[in-house]
Amino acid sequence: MTTLKTLVASAAALALTAPAALAEWQPRKPVEFIIMAGTGGGADQIARLLQGLIEKKDLSPRPFIPINKPGGSGAEALRYMQDKAGDNHTVMMTLNSFYTTPIIQEDLGVDVTQFTPIGLMAMDTFLLWVNTDREDITDLDSYVETVKAAGLDWKVGGTGSGQEDSVLTAMMEAAFDYDVTYIPFPGGGTVAKNLVGNQIDSTVNNPSEQMEFFRAGNSKPLVQFTGERMAAFPDTPTAKELGVDIEYYMQRSVNGPPGMDPEAVEWYTNLFQELFDSQEWQDFCTSDGLTCEAMMKGDDLANFHATQKDAHVKLIEQVGADAITGE
Amino acid sequence: MDVIFVSLGAGLLQAFEPLNLFMIFAGCLAGLFVGCMPGLGSVNGVAILLPITFLVPPTAAIIFLAALYYGAMYGGAISSITLGIPGASTAVATVFDGRPMAQQGKADKALMAAAVASFIGGTVSVILFTLFAPPLAAFALKFGPQEEFALMVLAFATFIGLGGDDIPKTIFSILLGLVLAAVGFDIISGQPRLIFFDMVEFQRGIGFLVLAIGIYGIGEMLWTLESTNGQIAMHKVKVTWARIKANFGDIKYYINSTWLGSFLGFFVGTLPAAGATPASLMSYGLSKTFSKNPDSYGKGNIAGVAAPEAANNAASTGSMLPMITLGIPGSPTTAILLGGMVIWGLRPGPLLFTESPDFVWGLIGSMYVANFVTVLLNIAMIPLFIRVLAMPFSILTPIIFVLCVLGVYATTDRMFDTWIMLLIGVVGYLMRKLNYPVAPAVLAIVLGPLAERSMRQSLIGSQGDVMTFFERPISLTCLILAFALMSYPLVLKYMRKRKSAPEAG
Repeated sequence: MTTLKTLVASAAALALTAPAALAEWQPRKPVEFIIMAGTGGGADQIARLLQGLIEKKDLSPRPFIPINKPGGSGAEALRYMQDKAGDNHTVMMTLNSFYTTPIIQEDLGVDVTQFTPIGLMAMDTFLLWVNTDREDITDLDSYVETVKAAGLDWKVGGTGSGQEDSVLTAMMEAAFDYDVTYIPFPGGGTVAKNLVGNQIDSTVNNPSEQMEFFRAGNSKPLVQFTGERMAAFPDTPTAKELGVDIEYYMQRSVNGPPGMDPEAVEWYTNLFQELFDSQEWQDFCTSDGLTCEAMMKGDDLANFHATQKDAHVKLIEQVGADAITGE
Repeated sequence: MDVIFVSLGAGLLQAFEPLNLFMIFAGCLAGLFVGCMPGLGSVNGVAILLPITFLVPPTAAIIFLAALYYGAMYGGAISSITLGIPGASTAVATVFDGRPMAQQGKADKALMAAAVASFIGGTVSVILFTLFAPPLAAFALKFGPQEEFALMVLAFATFIGLGGDDIPKTIFSILLGLVLAAVGFDIISGQPRLIFFDMVEFQRGIGFLVLAIGIYGIGEMLWTLESTNGQIAMHKVKVTWARIKANFGDIKYYINSTWLGSFLGFFVGTLPAAGATPASLMSYGLSKTFSKNPDSYGKGNIAGVAAPEAANNAASTGSMLPMITLGIPGSPTTAILLGGMVIWGLRPGPLLFTESPDFVWGLIGSMYVANFVTVLLNIAMIPLFIRVLAMPFSILTPIIFVLCVLGVYATTDRMFDTWIMLLIGVVGYLMRKLNYPVAPAVLAIVLGPLAERSMRQSLIGSQGDVMTFFERPISLTCLILAFALMSYPLVLKYMRKRKSAPEAG
């Protein structure tokens, strides 16, 4: 009897450990952590925070090296990932240009639904910001009025044609029936600086990009493009509250190149799940107005990407690719 | 003012705490090493060593990384001078005169000048930082795209005289650099352009270091081989303490260029997006323009070593300013520092000075100390660095070749760039043989993208009205200065020719 028990127990133990041993893929060299945007922007801040947490918590036997590839609204990064097909040591921090850039630049030859989904770390939000010096602008109405009066002299800063802020700017142009001049800068941090320095008149920055200037009283949010007011901005109305049907989010997901090995995908998914569940990440989400309830992964994330891609095709048709590229 | 001195005192005390002092030493040494290895710059050094800093308190961590950053600025000069390969993009201008000096057996003098100028540049800028951080941050905000473009025009103007007598050849060289800089994705529309032979590899553009290492590493090596038939005379320099002491006396030859480089470097460094590389190139150009003897530049003028070295150290301190006061990195290295600060729980931005004074002043205090430490380490190690030059050419050449290949591959991770570097090396050699100046091409590839972006941003903003550059006071001032600088060497040359035709040259 006892021998049988032992046998069963050891068989069970074997059954438990065997798949674990098989799935024991680990990076054998440093992992390139590609960021499809410039330094100082939202994606960059997030990627660098994650990289730091990986080191601090000792989650990977090899380091993650963040590399910015902001060229051509992320086209450079997308092309790079496409060329890395089958590579197990490259992952990319993405934003919505993940969808928009391949739509606008048809000859890029990248289909992001072929990429390997790993984990959706957060949904980021957008607010409309102006410099606090603009005392004449206190709410959305006065903003629209001022912009209409200024016409093309009104300068909106953003991170590049085809980037999500240019999409949102085009959506606003369509909703309010005005035309503005859109000026691209390298990265959301530079946009924020130019708003505070009065080089541009308004911008749709993510909360993390404006947070410190907002706290210092240099910039003020007029409206948030979310379903409900965020905890970090309780006094700023949503566009929907004001009767404007614009709700727009930015996904912050980590993806691998096409054709990554399943063992590697599993390892990365577990890694980012652990990061997602960490106190540090959840705290960052709260302070920066990110939505981080549960990490979407695997097929769910693949479906999410497919839906988002279609939604962006429609969106771009609706506002017109010309409105976004400013041509 | 009193508040500043009290805070600074506290910061200096903090810098002298045993742990922090150790961090300064360790950081400077590590920086010297990564700085002098081609391809390993301060960016890589800071990125690789960032994890170590999670073991110590935030102040000690930033002190370590900032010390590494300075150390790398000093270190870049070492390989520029002794091997003729820029150790980092910030040290490219140091090659212009540093390498000829080494070939004339004056490597120790060049290294000494680099160390002293770096020390002065670093110290001047940290004093400016201490006294004027908030107003300077406010001034940096006044710099919009128009001002940035005007500043770039100013930088190009300083280089018109750089090519020597042959202005058409200089312009050709600048244009070549601009074309290479335009390869890749269009900055504004994001469309690929100048993709030669439809090779996708060109979409990522041609890196500046690829060009610089090719021209100065490979091109120079080929040139030396040809011009000497491989019979290179050794330049053994016997370094004694007496000679080192005597070298201090040289300071009178380069002190003016050093002051110029210090102030200019700090100022350019504080502007987000510019950074130490344009600062060092501009400083070299200006120093040459104002020199009594501009023709000696590029042939081993000690002031040509001091000017860029003072500027790159001053700029590295300067680029900390937008990082701390605005949360915007002024250089790639500070971008990584910024990431570190977020992990340590600090949020760089306009409130950092008031919310985390210990951290900010600890950092400022450490900059003073780090400058002393690096200059001492450097001067003490000059005899060691000089040994490199005592190696036979048949051993040194393969080492340089390997370092060039490694250096390019390490920065871009692509064999493609390595081939481009070798190709550019051959082109650089041919240009040299045909008497085309190469420095303007290097300048153009650094400043070209910056100038293009700011010009197009300005023109989009003004809806195509060129007057936008002349309507803004800072922009207008820069443009007037640029015009004056551009015509100055020409006028001077004309005057000299008229005055004393036989003595010209």
